[in-house]
Amino acid sequence: MNDIATSHRGTVSDDVLISVDGLKMHFPVTEGVVLRRVVAHVKAVDGINFEIRRGETLGLVGESGCGKTTTGRCILQLERPTAGSILFEGRELSGLKGDELRAIRRRIQVIFQDPYSSLNPRLKIGEIIGEPIRVHGLIPDKAKRDQRVRELLAVCGLNPAFADRYPHEMSGGQRQRVGIARALGLEPDFIVCDEAVSALDVSIQAQVINLLEDLRDEFDLTYLFISHDLSVVRHICHRVAVMYLGKMVELAETDELFDNPKHPYTRALLEAVPIPDPVIEQARAHQIIKGEIPSPINPPSGCVFHPRCDIVVEGCPKAVPAFREVKPGHWVACTEV
Amino acid sequence: MALLEIDELKTQFFTSAGTVLAVDGISYTVEEGETVAVVGESGCGKSVSALSILRLVADPPGRIVGGRIGFMGRNLLELSDREIREVRGRHIGIIFQEPMTSLNPVLSIGTQLTETVVHHLGYSEQKAASRALELMEMVGISDPPRRLEQYPHHLSGGMRQRVMIAMALACEPKLIIADEPTTALDVTIQAQILELMKNLTRELGVAMIIITHNLGVVARYADRVNVMYAGKIIETGTAEDVYHRPRHPYTLALLNSVPRVDQQRSAKLDPVEGQPPDLTRLDGSCSFRPRCRFAQEECAQAFPELAYVGDGHRAACFRSQEIAAGLEQVA
Repeated sequence: MNDIATSHRGTVSDDVLISVDGLKMHFPVTEGVVLRRVVAHVKAVDGINFEIRRGETLGLVGESGCGKTTTGRCILQLERPTAGSILFEGRELSGLKGDELRAIRRRIQVIFQDPYSSLNPRLKIGEIIGEPIRVHGLIPDKAKRDQRVRELLAVCGLNPAFADRYPHEMSGGQRQRVGIARALGLEPDFIVCDEAVSALDVSIQAQVINLLEDLRDEFDLTYLFISHDLSVVRHICHRVAVMYLGKMVELAETDELFDNPKHPYTRALLEAVPIPDPVIEQARAHQIIKGEIPSPINPPSGCVFHPRCDIVVEGCPKAVPAFREVKPGHWVACTEV
Repeated sequence: MALLEIDELKTQFFTSAGTVLAVDGISYTVEEGETVAVVGESGCGKSVSALSILRLVADPPGRIVGGRIGFMGRNLLELSDREIREVRGRHIGIIFQEPMTSLNPVLSIGTQLTETVVHHLGYSEQKAASRALELMEMVGISDPPRRLEQYPHHLSGGMRQRVMIAMALACEPKLIIADEPTTALDVTIQAQILELMKNLTRELGVAMIIITHNLGVVARYADRVNVMYAGKIIETGTAEDVYHRPRHPYTLALLNSVPRVDQQRSAKLDPVEGQPPDLTRLDGSCSFRPRCRFAQEECAQAFPELAYVGDGHRAACFRSQEIAAGLEQVA
């Protein structure tokens, strides 16, 4: 065990739970109504590798369109990847069908960003949480299932009487707790948290972050924490991966990544995050990254970041930089660091 | 005299669930060239208070029921509809949160940019077109002649927000109201837009009211910060006062509940427990009392006045002196 165990983020084992290798997800772009033909591909995820250890929270950060959500959807088997493998406890997920797929799906759950659109407005909270438990046949008996729903609500900090309410009667923070209770009901090993706290106000966000941490410790959960909010990621994650235009540009332990960022994109991203302290903010250099994110349909050649990079050299547009380990556990895709 | 003087502004919404006291008697001033931030969480009334300045609150269900908004020697609340239209866009520009929905999708960028100067300043089409080019360059959009021909859907979110800024600046207003101008943008684009807004407002001497829920966004740019909770301003001061010497328990709690990107994690977050109050059921006591760890009996009797706790720094809490003393002990 390394120093992670002492960093107030709970304990992590060396046991690999999820292993992603060469993952690619290209969406076709079509033209024409009758004679549909594929004219291009959106390279949402374009060849990424990473592992998630049991008990770990891996942060996946990046800006809109970098492929972080698509990566999560591939692991959830909500997309069929174009290439690459995703192993869960050493078993390949992409070929699974029917009962086998259903059995794995119970163990891999998701919490979505928007607590307004991810709960069925016509179902009561109790039905929303109870339905997956029934579908997976965990608790066939209705009375016992209702009891379990009330327990789950209590675990997530909600009044068990909320089981009889509808989503519109609840606030955003409460709905997000319902989404968490629904995921927990299936006793998963792994949860993809896709911007799970991004839509919440800061005072409510802190409550939900604490809940996610408590549940992780209590139920030995492993999270893939997808977020654009670097401050939250620094707080909750053990390791962090940074994505840009479908590629992974940097991966390291949390404090290493934030204190010693290597990739020029990671550095630009950290520089852009505003800090709630006027004295520090006035003193910061504020090197603002130029340009906008290019289209993933036709990404730049070589290193995808080179048009915006401040340390670009001649070779950058020519060859895709290898994702290499520059220090134990610290991976960077840049030739100049 | 200040450029803008808001005095005891009250805006209410009359709904089937009751009267929502969205803005419940707020007062503040904006000096020429000053940047004032209004921060708070969803539903605290920060956007409604800003929309009320330009009388853009939909009626029904909303209505400005009291107060005064002094601007250039006039009370904006007493102007006729025609007169307030002459203020909007001409003397007070506005930048909305959603650059996707606040531009007209069926008009070209050029048409939308020239419309205001033709209407308000009586420019000829030719003069307006050259003004539009000038504005596009000012906000850092490359290849302006081509962009002016394009439609909003051709532009990225960051570029649309640059167009919004250009529109707001078109008639050289005295004041710009920016309602969550960067919330929908990615963080690197947010940094670009904030820097652009700061540079332009300083260069042109335009005052700005910036509405945001993000405490980080305003730390660098605001001269003064107003913190709102449940329709009231509960603390006001310079950015340094509010961030370094908070005197209201809510401000203190807000600052403690956000993780920071520049600091190693030291412990669990310390959130504000509970939910904000229902704005149809305020009872005249301190609205933060149910969530406040400093609450005492007095807090249930009356809403504390926004009282001076330092030079230009005010807080609406009976125990702000003790909070000050307590913080010094900790420090």
